[in-house]
Amino acid sequence: MSDWPLLTLVTFLPLVGAAFILTIRGDEAAMAVNARNVALLTSLATFVLSLALWIKFDSTTPAFQFVEKADWLPALNISYHMGIDGISMLFVILSTFLTPLCIIQSAGSITVRVKEYMIAFLVLETMMVGMFCALDFVLFYFFFEGVLIPMFIIIGVWGGARRVYAAFKFFLYTLVGSVLMLIAMLAMAFHAGTFDIPSLMAFRFPFDLQRWLWLAFFASFAVKVPMWPFHTWLPDAHVEAPTGGSVILAGVLLKMGAYGFLRFSLPMLPEASVFFTPFVYTLSIVAVIYTSLVALAQEDMKKLIAYSSVAHMGFVTIGIFTLTPQGLEGALFQMLSHGVVSGALFLCVGVVYDRMHTREIARYGGLVNRMPLYAFTFMVFTLASVGLPGTSGFVGEFLVLMGAFKVNTWVSLLAATGVVLGAAYMLYLYRRVVFGKLVRDDLKSILDMNTREIVVFAPLILVVIWMGVYPHAVLKTMHVSVGTLIERHQAALANPPVVAAVKGESAR
Amino acid sequence: MMMVLAVFLPLIGAAVAGFFGRFLGDKGAQFVTCAAMGLSAVLAIPVFVDVALQHHAQTVTLFTWIDSGDLMVKWALKFDTLTAVMVLTVSLVSFMVHVYSVGYMHHDPSIPRFMAYLSLFTFFMLMLVTSDNLVQLFFGWEGVGVASYLLIGFWYERPSANAAAIKAFLVNRVGDFGFALGIFGVYVLFGTVHLDTIFAAAAGKANATLLFLGWELPAMTTLCLLLFIGAMGKSAQLGLHTWLPDAMEGPTPVSALIHAATMVTAGVFMVARLSPLFEQSETALMVVTIVGATTALFAATVGCVQNDIKRVIAYSTCSQLGYMFFACGVSAYSAGIFHLMTHAFFKALLFLGAGSVIHAMSDEQDIRRMGGIWKHVKVTWILMWIGNLALAGVPFFAGYFSKDLILEAAYGANSLVGQYSFWVGSLVAFLTAFYSWRLLILTFHGKPRADDHVMAHVHESPPVMIVPLIVLAIGAIFSGAVAYEMFVGHDREAFWGTAILVLKAHDSVEAAHHVPQWVKLLPVVAAVAGIVMAYIFYMLATGLPKAMATAFRPFYLFFLNKWYFDELYDFLFVRPAFWLGRGLWKGGDGAVIDGCGPDGIAAITRDVARRFGRMQTGFVYHYAFAMIVGAAVFVTWYMFNRVG
Repeated sequence: MSDWPLLTLVTFLPLVGAAFILTIRGDEAAMAVNARNVALLTSLATFVLSLALWIKFDSTTPAFQFVEKADWLPALNISYHMGIDGISMLFVILSTFLTPLCIIQSAGSITVRVKEYMIAFLVLETMMVGMFCALDFVLFYFFFEGVLIPMFIIIGVWGGARRVYAAFKFFLYTLVGSVLMLIAMLAMAFHAGTFDIPSLMAFRFPFDLQRWLWLAFFASFAVKVPMWPFHTWLPDAHVEAPTGGSVILAGVLLKMGAYGFLRFSLPMLPEASVFFTPFVYTLSIVAVIYTSLVALAQEDMKKLIAYSSVAHMGFVTIGIFTLTPQGLEGALFQMLSHGVVSGALFLCVGVVYDRMHTREIARYGGLVNRMPLYAFTFMVFTLASVGLPGTSGFVGEFLVLMGAFKVNTWVSLLAATGVVLGAAYMLYLYRRVVFGKLVRDDLKSILDMNTREIVVFAPLILVVIWMGVYPHAVLKTMHVSVGTLIERHQAALANPPVVAAVKGESAR
Repeated sequence: MMMVLAVFLPLIGAAVAGFFGRFLGDKGAQFVTCAAMGLSAVLAIPVFVDVALQHHAQTVTLFTWIDSGDLMVKWALKFDTLTAVMVLTVSLVSFMVHVYSVGYMHHDPSIPRFMAYLSLFTFFMLMLVTSDNLVQLFFGWEGVGVASYLLIGFWYERPSANAAAIKAFLVNRVGDFGFALGIFGVYVLFGTVHLDTIFAAAAGKANATLLFLGWELPAMTTLCLLLFIGAMGKSAQLGLHTWLPDAMEGPTPVSALIHAATMVTAGVFMVARLSPLFEQSETALMVVTIVGATTALFAATVGCVQNDIKRVIAYSTCSQLGYMFFACGVSAYSAGIFHLMTHAFFKALLFLGAGSVIHAMSDEQDIRRMGGIWKHVKVTWILMWIGNLALAGVPFFAGYFSKDLILEAAYGANSLVGQYSFWVGSLVAFLTAFYSWRLLILTFHGKPRADDHVMAHVHESPPVMIVPLIVLAIGAIFSGAVAYEMFVGHDREAFWGTAILVLKAHDSVEAAHHVPQWVKLLPVVAAVAGIVMAYIFYMLATGLPKAMATAFRPFYLFFLNKWYFDELYDFLFVRPAFWLGRGLWKGGDGAVIDGCGPDGIAAITRDVARRFGRMQTGFVYHYAFAMIVGAAVFVTWYMFNRVG
């Protein structure tokens, strides 16, 4: 088994499933059932296969593992180069973990064009996994952009009333950024003569070139994260997206930007990263406080959670740029945790949306009377989102703030206010939806979660608690890769490239 | 093993009752949680004997929790004397509350949920007191916060209960915000969050400085003050106290648990636990003393004019916590913990007794509509007397020993803040006695003010509620006398061992034994005077309170409205937050960002497109536009750079 091309298998297995679904024929209902089953089986198989990656992962080396390399366009030094390290491995697992859950969930909400939905989802999975595995610029860009297309379709076809506006806003926002990234990539490739990511990590770019490249990358990643003030596509996209789309959007797609910072900006452009650190801090802190306040004023459940995502991702960008082990590992952990928790929160919204077809908070209230299981589930994820110790949400936030405190106490102090505000908007949401008297007539016959929904939520709850009580299992896969990243970064700063002058250390 | 079980049994009980409550039924859930809690309390006794009396302090390490870089946090249970005292107090009082709840909540529709929350609450508190590092302390700390949130909001149909629950959580979060920053600072300074390692290094860092918010500050003072913000939140000290009275929205057993053994005592425990840090900073100790003494006074003044039986007791808790804090502030940590322990008994007794009264009065809580019921509820009446005697510090009840010692230590500390807290504390002793007897007289004595219907139904509570009260009453009578020598008397050094550190120069407990006689008498005199005054006000000259309220109307209103803290915070924080949120959303996101960003550009491109009349879809144009502009910028820049 060891010489199987595991990464290629994990990446393209969903595509095979999608191709298979294409061949399904029959009447509408039968086709829907078959497509759903094939998609579920494929995604489960992919998940099991991806677990093999984790089991066989060697967490003692910073090198890329499960590497596959084949010539693609040798004339331009472009190759099919795949591999994962401690930074990317768990994101592959996160993607393969969330996809089957979304497919199970969709049985309750997607009733038209089921076949196409399943195909879009499986293609999406291939693109996501490929993106985290790609070690070649061109390949990376292919997957990075490739993610957009199925997501654009998912929002645009199965979305809500203003789905077309939202889909275009999403598409254009991210595309404008991506174009700049493409240009930066081309510039780097011309400069270094290769598209190979590990080789580029070893290459030293002159400082003023770095700054431009950094900004170009930033344009793309900041939109994806999203960082303030490039975040306004997110609430619209979330509100209009179907539940499964929101889960993947919040769970995985938002991580692509932060992953980009970790994979490209920090290792390839070390001086520029330091140069722009105060800028990132500022935007992140604004994001944390600003979007938390905005979340407090929301009247739409999905919008509220979307804004909370922006705030939580603010912690991630702070953590990454602290360049301390705690900050970086905290950021990675927060990304994983947020992937699970915010995904689960969108699923929670989906549960009541499927029943009442509204996301307006004021239309709910007192659900606990009819839906105790739902109340419990929602409470678990609310508390995880609030960062209660013992849930996954705590570990990431805590480590990030600790890392930030080491570097700059102001950053830590201001970002920590987000923890208070986060508790405010989440508990306020929970109170308005779940607590209180059940007065609305249309809610009086609402049903608690069914078996399918329990099947979706049970693994999420277990993961959230497990990551909160025993985060060591997750953290230990990162230690060496993160440690090496920091070492290399410091080594790079100690030996400036062509242009010597690196202006001032990060603001203390 | 015994230690691990003592801590984790409540969690098991909570899980079983919470998840399988619907299969076990009410009786089953009550049995499981009470049995688990009872067993935990029983196990706490040999643990106490072993650890505190035979001095076998030890730490049980479970497994790694968080590790990152050189940060290493493990799940571990640290048992020393301080922990053993807390575990015993917490588990015993909590067990009594569990048993009492069986009776008090018997007609509630969701008994398993209630019992599960109670046990969960206790579990978090036990984790808090047994932690061997700051992060686990924080785990228990936030955990009790959540459990209290769930319990205060237990009657989720009441809007006031929901509001109170959120308020409790948020105010605590503000405290936790300081606590968390304190933990980070400790980590930066010491390179670890492990308590024993920190304590060993603390003395060496007495003069260290820490860069905080751009200022070079004395490290110990900064850290202790940050940590103390956490303690203020949890222990409801002045400024962060507003959640405590509102927490009365929860069922009465919850109030008893929150106010007596768990939650609010966590702050006092934390300061005592971290005594090796606080001892290194005179400034921090001074702040602790002033905050404690001022809170004691504030809460007592408010307590004198409240009319809800539970609120009076709630403010009395707040006030007594002030005593514990200024005890810690004058380095009399052992006295603070001593008072914490005695207070746990008599405050649980008072709350559960109040519950018994409310139960008897058909859920009436306003003491203006009680009175004259002592004949009908004699056992409760006697028990409430015992509780109030202990609270007021009447000689030879538990509170007498602990409270007097605190005041003597404050005097003995021989410092300005010590004097301040001594005089304030003595005044508060007077007020305490006054409001205690005001409560007793208005509730039990005088003429009945309830209507006939309610009076006809006044009845004594069932044994399942009375027995726990009797157990607590025994504690309220004897715990002071029994524990005096161990906690603060001649045996104290052997008893506490290394659990509490007091610098030789700060040893105010020693000084407390050598204060002048009048210092020892003053608190008792104050207490008796308070009782006499209450008797005059509410038995003899019953017109007097009203006259006083009219004559000193501004003061009366000021006290009645709790010094207007709620109104102030609402004005300063709550409203602006919502207002800002809405403004940023509509104005910031909607008008500015979207207006100048995507929507604006889209509008412009549409305009341009229309003008040229060539492009049918603005969006494709948009894409191409961005491409071209980007490419142009890039090429230009690249050429310039290459050339240059």
